[in-house]
Formats: sequence, structure tokens, C-alpha cells
Amino acid sequence: MQSISGWDTVIGLEVHVQLATKTKIFSGASTAFGAEPNTQACAIDLAMPGTLPVLNKQAVHYAVMFGLAVDAEIGKESAFERKNYFYPDLPKGYQTTQLEKPIVGRGNVEIQLADGSTKNIRIHHAHLEEDAGKSLHEGDFRSGTSGIDLNRAGTPLIEIVSEPDMTSAEEAVAFAKKLHSIVTSIGICDGEMSQGSMRFDVNISVKPSGSDKLGTRTETKNLNSFKFMEECIAQEVDRQIDLLEDGGSITQETRLYNGETKTARSMRSKEEANDYRYFPCPDLLPVVVTDETIETLRRNLPELPDARQARFVKQYGLSDYDADILGSDAGMSVYFETATEKSGNAKLTANWTMGELAARLNSEAISIANSPVSAEQLGGLIARIADNSISGKMAKEVFEGIWTGEGSADEIIEARGLKQVSDSGALEQMVADVLAANQAMVDDYINTDQAKRKKKLGGFMGQIMKASKGQANPQQVNQILAKKLNELL
Amino acid sequence: MYNLTIAELVRGLQSKAFSSVELTQHFLDRIAALNPDYNAVITVTADQALKAAIAADKRLAAGGAPALCGVPILHKDIFCTKGVRTSCGSKMLDNFIPPYNATVVENFEQAGAVVLGKTNMDEFAMGSSNETSFYGPVKNPWSTDCVPGGSSGGSAAAVAARLAPAATATDTGGSIRQPAALCGITGLKPTYGRVSRWGMIAFASSLDQAGPMARTAEDCALLLSCMASLDDKDSTSIDHKIDDYSASLNNSIKGLKIGVPSEYFSEGLDKGTEQAVRQALSDLEAQGAELVDISLPNSGLSVPAYYVIAPAEASANLSRFDGVKYGYRCEDPKDLQDLYSRTRAEGFGEEVQRRILIGTYCLSAGYYQAYYGKAQQVRQLIRQDFTQAFEQVDVILGPTCPSPAFKFGSKGDDPVAMYLEDIYTIATNLAGLPGMSVPCGMVDNKPVGLQIIGNYFDEALMLNVAHQYQQVTHWHNLAPEGIA
Amino acid sequence: MNIKRQEIEKLATLARIAIDESTIAEVTERLGSVLELVDQLQAADTSGVEAISHPMQGTQRLREDEVTELNQRQALQAIAPDTEEGLFLVPKVIE
Repeated sequence: MQSISGWDTVIGLEVHVQLATKTKIFSGASTAFGAEPNTQACAIDLAMPGTLPVLNKQAVHYAVMFGLAVDAEIGKESAFERKNYFYPDLPKGYQTTQLEKPIVGRGNVEIQLADGSTKNIRIHHAHLEEDAGKSLHEGDFRSGTSGIDLNRAGTPLIEIVSEPDMTSAEEAVAFAKKLHSIVTSIGICDGEMSQGSMRFDVNISVKPSGSDKLGTRTETKNLNSFKFMEECIAQEVDRQIDLLEDGGSITQETRLYNGETKTARSMRSKEEANDYRYFPCPDLLPVVVTDETIETLRRNLPELPDARQARFVKQYGLSDYDADILGSDAGMSVYFETATEKSGNAKLTANWTMGELAARLNSEAISIANSPVSAEQLGGLIARIADNSISGKMAKEVFEGIWTGEGSADEIIEARGLKQVSDSGALEQMVADVLAANQAMVDDYINTDQAKRKKKLGGFMGQIMKASKGQANPQQVNQILAKKLNELL
Repeated sequence: MYNLTIAELVRGLQSKAFSSVELTQHFLDRIAALNPDYNAVITVTADQALKAAIAADKRLAAGGAPALCGVPILHKDIFCTKGVRTSCGSKMLDNFIPPYNATVVENFEQAGAVVLGKTNMDEFAMGSSNETSFYGPVKNPWSTDCVPGGSSGGSAAAVAARLAPAATATDTGGSIRQPAALCGITGLKPTYGRVSRWGMIAFASSLDQAGPMARTAEDCALLLSCMASLDDKDSTSIDHKIDDYSASLNNSIKGLKIGVPSEYFSEGLDKGTEQAVRQALSDLEAQGAELVDISLPNSGLSVPAYYVIAPAEASANLSRFDGVKYGYRCEDPKDLQDLYSRTRAEGFGEEVQRRILIGTYCLSAGYYQAYYGKAQQVRQLIRQDFTQAFEQVDVILGPTCPSPAFKFGSKGDDPVAMYLEDIYTIATNLAGLPGMSVPCGMVDNKPVGLQIIGNYFDEALMLNVAHQYQQVTHWHNLAPEGIA
Repeated sequence: MNIKRQEIEKLATLARIAIDESTIAEVTERLGSVLELVDQLQAADTSGVEAISHPMQGTQRLREDEVTELNQRQALQAIAPDTEEGLFLVPKVIE
């Protein structure tokens, strides 16, 4: 636990999760990311006069699935309210959201910490609501104006509200990552943080160690990366403690964190003085979720990250560490299992998925879902490593070939003539030739103390691999070499 | 032709006594000649109407044409009409041309009706005299120095002046029934959810309901059959069997139990109006109906509850008019807040602004429970009053409004005087019940309306009662001087 | 019921309606009159009465998650006060 002497930190999160529905929460317009401005904003999304909302069934089901995933009470009758405020990216002048009767009630999420311990974070509730559009302040339009793109307006969200159960940036980030893992595992969110699919508001306060009384909190809005969250919390905790230690006080305010400049500032907008005047939305009726629907969704709920991690350990013999990394990421775990099915070697597949593949995807900022090397292709490559057709070093070359689209592992091995020589007769001859051609090295080996001879083997290996153009099976060469040198002693 | 009812027009069109083009041209000519006196129609769609009439004549010639094929009608300017300005009586939407049709408009198009144009109305349907329209007041054809009622005053006056045989209208607190009463025509507000609200510009979403205006109950039955529908685009539209409203018009009303609420005949009711309504009750009694004294004890709370709930909902519904996506925008806004507050100050009239402010107040922190919360509880009490009453009676009858049409400006500066105009009509909106108004007499040469309130989805019975009443009375056949 | 001028100003800000200095007294008076009317509610005994926000009982119908609305930007922006590059323009928003 991160602690600064004399002070306790209290953190609560509000997490906006964009649901992976095809259409908006109240209209049949597409939610696909990246479209031209306002091409996915229909008359309803634009709040044209006389238009009315009709609720998306899938959005309701996704919200219920989240509730089931965090073992929460499901609101069998939930209701929508209007939250009134003016902003250009809010076309109706109110946001349709849930206040009194949210669809998901109290729940629990268990997080794992670096020291191996676990902690329960309570979910206060989660509710359905609509996203706002976007205000662009710079672009190809008249200066002195902002441009409003309403494509995002009406995208379904669940807002997950935690209890203030976290006491450090580490816990907050672990909780955020766990939520990410849950919502992507059950398929209700694509988890694309860079596209704003998950956004975090962090409520932070500090109090003297051991005090029961909560300090005044600030809310930092719209963090969209775990890194920013970690930085921002550390910074805000320091700021609050510094202020208090200097005899100052904390102002309850909304803050914005800029990840690029690593600085935060207070939002001095009129928002602060707002009075949202919530009231029941008369255009929408109570949303009833039947026991039957809940049970159907429960039965079909995809595997949760905790269960999957445990299964990876049991089924594939992975270490807890590997199972944790692979199992917590929905995309990675599907990839891993598909690749393993093809490769027949889970351990090697786990290493490659978390190692070479993850590193490469990461450096090029590609999600695993869009990996140029498919799970089947990686599995095919690993199968050739496992059956000794190619060496690990060659495998990297083949991987590169698959990445650039040259074909499957087998095709590349064939085309480039990379197949390892494992024919023992040929290898024996090759070793014998090398020994004969390097009598000085052989003599040196013989004259070296037995304890240090092992170090000399590398020189022979290098010669042999060179002679075989790298295609000799190293394990086999090792055995033959050791045998032949022994005979000479 | 202008004195024919829709039922008669349908027969005439189908027997080829006249064509839809002739009929349409006839009403277009009347609008051109007479509308300047009444200001009832604010947009005339002559070209489109004649095109639709030609198409209707073809369908009529081919046989198997739909129910209202070739019949000209007017739409209240609250219904969105694709490609035709839909202003809602406001400067805010003076330039608004919707790219879509309201479901009501769509239903009439399917039924083959010919749209002559759009009718004047109180701005955003907020008013009981049509004096709040951006396009100027509508004059009552019975007495042009008097109001036609509101908010559907344009539709009511147009039907009374025979500018069209029928018009669509909406009713949030009495906006169909009160102008129908003041203009001497028949109007019906259906059960909440019976007619789709899609494309109907919202005033107070939990109260708004569209309905027909015509001269007779028989015509209203034909029109309601066309308007009523379950609409997936309106979550509050209700999946309930749609009756054949015309089929039961001639049922006997012998043994019908008519509830007469004492609260609707109390202080404030004009003597002449009371006499006319009591006479109507006697006429129905003479037809075999039984009068039952009932009480709706919470009636007195309906106006205060309404003036919390309706403005509260309106304050949010009208937030979308912000000068960003469509509609009016002020000149040269200096910043965003200026854009909002000046657009809304210049685009909305005084009454609309007042209701937005009242609604904002009733929902604001510290006042919500005392006003909005309390009003929603009172709404429950009002609904329970009716539920209990309908355990004893089949329909409830009383006056539509406290007095006949009043003079322009006569309600003075106090908005409350105007609000009390809807004292007998508002409760049914709060409860979601259907109500209608039929002409039942004349006071000082001005019409008086009889209100018929039915149980949920009992429109067929209400129309049956109204039609039976109209079989033995002549009030619905009277026309303003110079009209017939 | 007396409503104070400052309250009217606060409401006007919340509702984004500019009220001219010359009319504020009149607006205040007329609003006060309406609030007096609605204050009659306070006399009602509503203890134990459940508030209703819809006149009819019923539950929300749900829509299938299928794209039914295609790009209509051109038609929808044809009636917009100020657009450029497919965006609705407003005076610069300062956060």
C-alpha cells in the first residue's frame, strides 16, 4: 500500500463504459467509431422536434451482464431520468440517465495487488445512460468557433460507480484494469481506451492517518489511460497533502488532467454552480428485466477473468503469473487458446504470445484483435519449433515473414529453405568434418581442465552452425558433439 | 360542399358526385377568401394538395381506395410535415422544415387524405386563447372579437368556418376540447397512448395526446380510426385493441350510467353554460340514460398540479431549442452563453418563457419535493378519483369550460386567469383518460361545449353517446353567421 | 408566494433565457402569481400516496439492436443555422 507518512488516501472511481452495441441507446443510428462527423447522428440523436427515444434491448442486456459479472443485484425495474444542463454536445439539453432506480445495484470486484494479496472493491451501482457528442476546438473550420460532432451522442454507456474503497494509485489502477478485463471478457465493451471506450473519473481525498472523517474530495474527469490515472492520482494526492500541511484547505472541484503535459487544472466552468434538476423521463417507461431474461443471460455469460485464469493454470499448466497476464485480457486469452490448439504446446505458445507477439503489437500500437499474425499462424509456427523443424532463432525470422504477409510458417520455411537438419547421419558427418578441420581447437579442448571444457563447446557449435547455414538442429548437434569429443579424450 | 360532413364527402367521392380535385380546390378557394378574417391557417400547401387530390382521384377511379381517400384536412402546425414548415406557432421554428413526417401525418397519408395546410396555434401549445401564437391570434368565427380557445384554436376555427371538414389537434390540458367548445365543433382527446406522439412537437410528454376535430361525432369516429395506432417509434404508445369506432355509433344508450360530478357545477361556472349543459343531460336522460351524482373530490387540485407537471416537463422538452442544430439563432452571438440566452429570449414568446421558468423552479434543488414530487402524488389522487367514479358509471359528463368564448385581452395580465379556463379539462390529462367536447347550446350567440369523459380506451362509447346526442340535437349543425 | 428577483435571475441562468432589465419586475410578479396558484398543492394530504410520473401503467418496449438510420447529414444540416465541414458551429467553447 502506497502511504505517505501521516496521511491516508481515499479513492473512488466512476467509470464510463461504452457498450459494444451496433446502434445507439435510443436510436437506430450506428455507433461505429471513426465515421465522418455527423454522418451517424440521426434525427433522434440531433433532438429534432417531435422525435422520441426507443430503448435498445442489447444495451439493457449488456448492463445486466455486467451486473451478473460483478455479482450485483439486478434492478428488475429500473427507470430513466433527465439530467438537465446546456452544452453544445448535448443536443436535447438533457442527458437521459438513471438516478433513483439504476439497472445494476450493489456488487463486488476482487482486485489482485503486486504483493500477491487481494482486496474487495465494492460497486455502489451501475446505471445506463447516453454518451454526449464531441466539441472540437481546432480544425478545418472558422476560427473563433467550436465544431460539434454528434456521432457519439446517444452511444450507450454504463456508468459504474465504486465505493471509495481504494487507498492508493496502485489499487485504483488495479481496479480499473480489472473492470477493463471484465467488460472485455464478457464482450460488452471493446475496451479500446484510445477511442474513449472506457473513461475514468477519479474522486480523491486525503485524511490524517487513522481518522474516521473523510476529507474534501476532488474529481478528476475523463482519464482514458491507466498510466494517466496513476500519474494523476499521485500528483493530486501530493497536491492535497502539500496544501493541507501548509495549513490550506481543499476546494471541492472538478479537475482536468492533461496526460501530455502531466498537469492538472481546475475546471472553472459554470458547471460547478449547476443544478441538474433530475426528474423522471416521461418519454420512457419503467424498464422491466424478467427473471427469465436474467437467467438466460447468466447461463450464457462468457467466462470471467478469474475463472479463466484458474482454468489456464489447471488446463495448460501455466504459471500463476502467465495465467494472470493471458487470462485477464479477453483478446489475448482467445488468441492464446486458438494458437495453442494449433501448436499443441501451451507453454511455448504462452511465451510467444506474451513475448514476441505482445512486444511487436505494443510497439506498433496494434490491438491483438487486429494482429497481422493470426492465432492460427502463430500456432503453426510454434508447432514447427516444438517438433524441432526450426530453431528458436529461425522462428523469429519466420515470425517476421508472417507479420509482413509472406504466408504461413510452413510456406515461409519451405520458401526460404529454413528447415532444420535433424537427420543424425548428416549431422554426424557435419560434426566430424568440423572437428577434422579445426584440430587446434580440438587440442585446446583436450588440454583444458574438465571443469572449464564446457565453455569451449560454444566455439565448435558456432563453426557447425555456420557450416550448416544455421539449419542444424542445435540440440542434436550438442549431443553428437559431446559424444565425439568424449571419444577423443 | 363545405357543409357536408366527412361521412357525406366520402360517399360523394366514392359515388363520383364530385372529384377530390374539385373538393380540394373548393376548400383552397375558401381558405384564400375567408382565412384572412380568421388567421386560422398559417401555411397553405395548395400545390401539394392538388397533386395529392389528383392521385386520390386515380385511386378512387381504380376502386378499393382507402377510407379517407380524397378528403381534405388540415394539420395543426405541431405535427411535423416532411418538406413543409412546422413552426409550432413559434418564431423559434419559423424556418423549420422537418425532413420527416409525424406518425399522425403518415397515417392520414396512408388513408389517402389530402392535406390543405397547417393551422395556427398557441406557441408550443401553451395557451387557451391562441393569443400566444407568433403568427398572431386566431379569431373566433362566431364572433371575431373573441378568442377561438387554444391551443388548437386554428384547427377549431378552421373547422367552424368550414375552411376544411376536419383538422388534427393536440390536447395537453384541454387544447382540443376547449377550442372545440368555444368554436361550436366536436373534438376528441383520446386515451393517453392511443395516438402516437412521434413527430408531434412535445409540450408536456406525459400529458400530450393528439386527436381529431370535426363537426360531428360520426366524423371524429372516422378520423380517430385513422389516427389511432400502435407505434414502435413512441415508447408510450399503447398496445391495446383499436375498436371500430364507427360500428358502435348507433348503439342505444338506454341504461347508460352518466356520472355528473358536483365539482364541475360549482362556483365560477357561467349560468348560461350551466343551463345548456343541464339541458343536454336532460336530453340524454330522455334517451334512456341514467344520471348519477358523483364526486371527484380532488378536482380542485388539478390546475395547481398541472401547472407544476406540465411546465416541468416543458422546461426540459424545450431545452433542445438552443440555436445550434436547427431553428432560430440570434444575430452575432458574442459567446456560447449569449447564443443560448439570446436565442431563447428572442425565439420564445412570453408565455413559453414563463412556463420554462416555472418548470425550472419546480424542479430545482430544494423545491423538487415540495412542487414536482407533491404534484405527482396529487396526480395519483386525481387518477384514483376517476377510477372510483368509473366503478359506478359508464361516462362522466359536465361542461367543457366555465364560459363561452371571451374577448381578446379580457383575461388581463394575470396568467392565472387564463389557466383557470382549463379547470374542467386538465384532470383527464393528468389521469390519461379520454375526453371530448360536443356543442350543446348557445349563450349570447356563442357556442357552449358539453364534455364527455370516458374510461381508459372507451372512445367508442364516448363517440356513441355523442352521436346519439347529435341525433336528437341540432347544435353541431349550426354555423357562424356568414358561413353557411 | 413571493419570489425574489435574485431567484428569477438564477432561474433565467439555468434556463438560458436572457431577461431584460426593464421587464424583470413584471416577470417576477407574474411568476409569483403562478407560484401562488401551485402553492395550493401544499394543502393536499398526500401522506402515503405513491407519486406517478406516467398516466398509464406499462413497461418499456425494447428495440432490436439493428441499424435503421443511415447517413442523413445533408438533409439534417440543410436546416442548421451554421455548419462547416459537416460540423455544427457554435461560438468557441471554453472549458
